[in-house]
Amino acid sequence: MSSPKCKDPIALNLWYAIAPLEEVLDGKVERSILLEQPIAFTREPSGQIAVWSHDGDGARPVGASLPVQERYGYFWTTLGTPDADIFAIPEYDEPDRRNIHAASFGVNASAPRLVENFLDMGHFPYVHTDILGAEPHTEVKEYFVERSDERDEILATNCKFWQPMASRASSGGADVDYIYRVPHPYCSVLYKSAAIDPARMDAIAIFIQPITQESVRVHMMLSLLDDTSTDLDIRLFQQTIFGQDKPILENQYPKRLPLDPRAETPIRADKSAIVYRRWLSDKGITYGVIPAAA
Amino acid sequence: MATDLQNTWHPIAASTDLVKRHVYQAQLLGREYAVWRADDGYVNIWENRCLHRGVRLSIGINDGRELKCQYHGWRYANRTAGCTYIPAHPADAPARTICNNTYPVAEASGLVWCGEHATGDLPDMSGFESVTALRGLPVNAPRDMVIEALGAYAFADGCSAQTDEHGVVTVTAADGQAVRFFVQPSDSNLSVIRGVLNQALDGAERIAALRHHNFLLDVLRSQVEARAAELETPEPMTPPIAKVSADLAEIPPEQEGGRTAELRVQVVDKTVTAEGIVSLRLEAIKGQLPTFQPGAHIDVHLQNGMVRQYSLTNGPGETDHYTIGVKREPDSRGGSVAIHDSLAVGDVLAVSAPHNNFPLRRDALHTVFVAGGIGVTPLLAMARALNSQGLSFEFHYFVQSHAHAAFRREMGEFGDALTLHKGLSPEDTGAKLRDILASPGHARHLYICGPGPMLEATRGIAADLGWSDEAVHFEYFKNTKEVDDTNSFQIELARSALSLNVPAGKTILEVLRENGINMESSCEQGACGTCRVGVIEGEVIHQDVYLNDAEKSAGKSIMTCVSRAASDRLILDI
Repeated sequence: MSSPKCKDPIALNLWYAIAPLEEVLDGKVERSILLEQPIAFTREPSGQIAVWSHDGDGARPVGASLPVQERYGYFWTTLGTPDADIFAIPEYDEPDRRNIHAASFGVNASAPRLVENFLDMGHFPYVHTDILGAEPHTEVKEYFVERSDERDEILATNCKFWQPMASRASSGGADVDYIYRVPHPYCSVLYKSAAIDPARMDAIAIFIQPITQESVRVHMMLSLLDDTSTDLDIRLFQQTIFGQDKPILENQYPKRLPLDPRAETPIRADKSAIVYRRWLSDKGITYGVIPAAA
Repeated sequence: MATDLQNTWHPIAASTDLVKRHVYQAQLLGREYAVWRADDGYVNIWENRCLHRGVRLSIGINDGRELKCQYHGWRYANRTAGCTYIPAHPADAPARTICNNTYPVAEASGLVWCGEHATGDLPDMSGFESVTALRGLPVNAPRDMVIEALGAYAFADGCSAQTDEHGVVTVTAADGQAVRFFVQPSDSNLSVIRGVLNQALDGAERIAALRHHNFLLDVLRSQVEARAAELETPEPMTPPIAKVSADLAEIPPEQEGGRTAELRVQVVDKTVTAEGIVSLRLEAIKGQLPTFQPGAHIDVHLQNGMVRQYSLTNGPGETDHYTIGVKREPDSRGGSVAIHDSLAVGDVLAVSAPHNNFPLRRDALHTVFVAGGIGVTPLLAMARALNSQGLSFEFHYFVQSHAHAAFRREMGEFGDALTLHKGLSPEDTGAKLRDILASPGHARHLYICGPGPMLEATRGIAADLGWSDEAVHFEYFKNTKEVDDTNSFQIELARSALSLNVPAGKTILEVLRENGINMESSCEQGACGTCRVGVIEGEVIHQDVYLNDAEKSAGKSIMTCVSRAASDRLILDI
């Protein structure tokens, strides 16, 4: 591989989900882009997945290959040498859950803007009207955010938001509980009260594959306690939600996330986003962000 | 060309582009603008990004009075661009300094004009007194190249073109018909040709002229774009994004200090709106009045040296003036009498910027307003905001007689939501209030303002009928309680590690000010809530009428203008 277009060593040394396993077919070469680097992948006769970078024609230089791991229904690769494994989602391995690849979306926005949108509850009544929220129930109640240096991730807990149809069982609106994790600069996992068992939580994860600093593919994985809905219904629901976020994300300016605290106007509801921006700043990440002037 | 493009006026839209309730997206020298006309005719030119998360305001909603961001529903007022409501925190008044970037605006010759730092006169339009604006035509080419090409434009026999030192091209035909072109520099490689004809056309004639010029300009565009494509495309412009003020980057925003009257306003209208009540329309002498939110009041510094608080009655988006209502109170200390008898149209007053300690939640399923007499003023502004957003409310206005009902024209908007209760005895008023307040419930909120006894009665009845403290919001005109200031005690300031003695006869507020601590205040009698500070330790003797009972017993805050310590010392969060 010639020298990468992305110069951010932190971004280069991360693992990225590239495609759901069911879309990697025997002998068929598919192309993609990661951090502006063209890559290609296929499933070899042995059943193993092979990934390599190339110069644009997809051809595999002799002996070239990138690291591969299969995790959460996707294969992951990296352009660098990660010093940490892919983060854990323990719920994925619980036997009574359904794990579903909901969609891979192309979005003309930076990865950190998507993460912030994923953490944000205040937009539910305005962007996901009558699904995840509805006016006049617009209040974002106080919640907790902590940053664990040991696990190197952000955790927001005690989040509650009023939803018009809290579950299939309820006829009216109610507060729904959320927990958010940011275990990777470009990935996030949310947990929300499960429809069939209020004591347990569904998990929804986004794994973002940066194409450039200002465009991404985002892969959405669900790990649900739901034995009635069809896969198709579940996918259509998530795709509706995401389809509502996409035009907002593509109309944010600047597209890269500004890390200067004075670039935008945070409110208390944005606590998790403020901690996220500070975490990115402290990591020294530069890809997909506008770093704060030193 | 020697023109400094940032300092001069450029057309950025045709007047006809600003369709009712539309938000038009424009661009000048690389910066995007959201351009919208309010229902009162005012044209707003704002930076095209919400201050909160950078979403384009051109995809927002123009409700005729305010612009609402699509992402989180933040509302920004006509003219001032100040934020009036943040739905994620419905109980809080947004910091007054949350204000979008606005740019110079002018409307003339069928065009809307702007310039990042434009000053001075618009271009001379002699010979173009009546005009028809052509359709704006974007061209992927630098401005200079487009101006040069327009020098060869011909639309009729015997055309000759003149280009002045500002790049304005005027093409005149033999018969005297003329077209004047301004080239809007949208970006380094994007320009918009904006032309006006020297005659006002309508109907079929106008359509024919527009088509004719559009055809010719389209040909010119193809030629210019072909030429531009041969050259290296210049880098897009990257206008700097202004930073928000430092206090907005931190949470919570800092308080501003002092009882100051930073604004100078002129009395433009003084009208008797009801028996014993005048309404005053105040307009800025210079510049733009700051943003207000429903429930806000201003301090009015009267010519006789008195300072009085009056609530703004304005509806949303009415940002070119403040309206207040003043009741003549012959028995009081003379503030209202001075306004009624001495203040005249044309007089200048010093007033403070709006304070909002009586914020309106807009996340209620239903809101009940109970107004008594002149207490109608803050509730009027609130109900007008809910009405404009189509939110559910009912408005009960208790008055002595029909003749005593103020602001009837404004209240006409409320339709069936308004009930006037005339000439009821205290007993009948109580019975009526029991009816009105019979059904407290989830997400129902009550706002009360009126004379002290009525306010006390309403609060008592509401508590009786099961309304929680959190759902009952009130504002007293004044604190009629006898304030006891005979004890002395210590205060410790947690953040500045200062320890001060408050002697008998002095308030905490006075002691703080004497020691150089700049505290904001307004009524200074325990009614308005402006001088509230947090209490970390110690017991408080509450002597105000601002805090509700739950807040008083919690002991977490104190009105420094009247309240005192019950213990030997108080630790304050300042």
